[in-house]
Amino acid sequence: MKKLLAVTLLGAALTATAAQARDNDTVRIGLNVPYEPMEYKTASGELTGFDVELGNALCQQASMNCQWNEQAWDSLIPSLKSRKIDAIMSAMTINDERRKQLLFSEPYLVQPSAWFAPADSAITATSPEALKGKRIGVQRGTLQDNYVTDEYADANIKRYATADDIVIDIESGRLDLAFLDYPIGKTTMLDQEDKQFKTVGEMVSEPKKYFGDGFGIAFRQRDTTLAEKFNAALDELKENGTYDQLVIKYFGEAALEAAKP
Amino acid sequence: MSVEQLLQTIAGYLNGNDIFTVNTLGMYWDGFVNTVQLVFISLLIGLALAVPLAIGRGSPLKLVSKSIWLYTYIFRGTPLLIQLYLAYYGFAFVPGIQDSWLWFFVQDPLYPALFAFTLNTAAYTTEIFHGAIKSTAKGEIEAARAFGMSKAMMMRRIILPSAFRRALPAYGNEVIFMLHASAIASVVTIMDLTGAAYYVYSRFYAPFPAFIFVAFIYMALSFSIQGFFRHLEKRLLVHLKPNNR
Repeated sequence: MKKLLAVTLLGAALTATAAQARDNDTVRIGLNVPYEPMEYKTASGELTGFDVELGNALCQQASMNCQWNEQAWDSLIPSLKSRKIDAIMSAMTINDERRKQLLFSEPYLVQPSAWFAPADSAITATSPEALKGKRIGVQRGTLQDNYVTDEYADANIKRYATADDIVIDIESGRLDLAFLDYPIGKTTMLDQEDKQFKTVGEMVSEPKKYFGDGFGIAFRQRDTTLAEKFNAALDELKENGTYDQLVIKYFGEAALEAAKP
Repeated sequence: MSVEQLLQTIAGYLNGNDIFTVNTLGMYWDGFVNTVQLVFISLLIGLALAVPLAIGRGSPLKLVSKSIWLYTYIFRGTPLLIQLYLAYYGFAFVPGIQDSWLWFFVQDPLYPALFAFTLNTAAYTTEIFHGAIKSTAKGEIEAARAFGMSKAMMMRRIILPSAFRRALPAYGNEVIFMLHASAIASVVTIMDLTGAAYYVYSRFYAPFPAFIFVAFIYMALSFSIQGFFRHLEKRLLVHLKPNNR
């Protein structure tokens, strides 16, 4: 009986190490879908987008085995810290608040935030006074959420789990404005032929306290080697032109200069 | 003490605490008000609906009893979350609704949520009451008939009072269940208790403080509901207690 127990325990220990070894080879990258065009799924269910294509290229360049792991936006950072994933590449803006918790790669894309409204909206100004009492939709836990919560205390702020829910509600007239990363609003609202939307006011990328330094890949603070691998791969992709191709593919030729951090 | 002073005293206690600031506590308070409001109103309307529905559920008219059965079957057979999604996102896309007077109710997340919660709790309460009515002792009914009571009077004086008493413990459970089920209201942007906890969690990346704090609030609410029902049971079910003189 004792022997049997010992054998079973040994077996369990062996499988446990085997499982751990597998985990160490694969870099599990967390992301939140849909966030078109940064990350979304094609009609056939295939995961794609700027982050996904760039991420795959980076992993290939650094000869790493990567695996995408879809999650709710607000569980990404806790998952990273509790080692359920090893990196976050999900249009996450680098800012000081997040730097306290995470280690970031060099920024790989800079995009402003923007206000979106239905085309027939009468709203023209976006100052906190002008938007008093207006219904503003943001994605919960994003820097847009933090900015609006702190600066637009008199507005009626509605927090959604995904960016798509915001589009649905602004379409049905439940929101006056949506405050999103510009490329996401552009793809999900401005570029849709059957929907009538416009941007209101200026693009927003200040103050840096909220809007930070562009999108970065997030790691646990101790994983410096992993971050360096990604940084090196990013430099190589920028040199060999792969990076430029991807920016042009997703944001057009004109965006190339603005997008580069 | 004015509100201002109160806030200052609280701020004093919170010195050096990053997460539970006056701001986030204010958010929890708003969430508390929203949750209690949502649950209380839907329970009240649900209860008012459930009484006639429970009587109708036992009606000899097949059309009446079967359609009420179908209603409770649908609402008890599907998750509340799905019902909430349908009420919130579904109604908004009914053609023409945006121009009608109904839009006032649909555009605010509170009313679709109230609608879904009310119909859901009414369905469960109907079945609870129906079960209690059905289990009325035969002798009581025979006695009532022997007194020459009409059906309506028998229902009013004999069946319903005793059925409500018997349904009380099960209904108390339903109330607590409803409180806990209301935690899904935050998916349609209502800032309820869970919504406030979600906000604190995603802003400070601190799941434990945010959710444990809110769990304690829910627990306190549950205990007060339990206490209330225990008190009611003590008064109303006194005749069912073992007689230990």
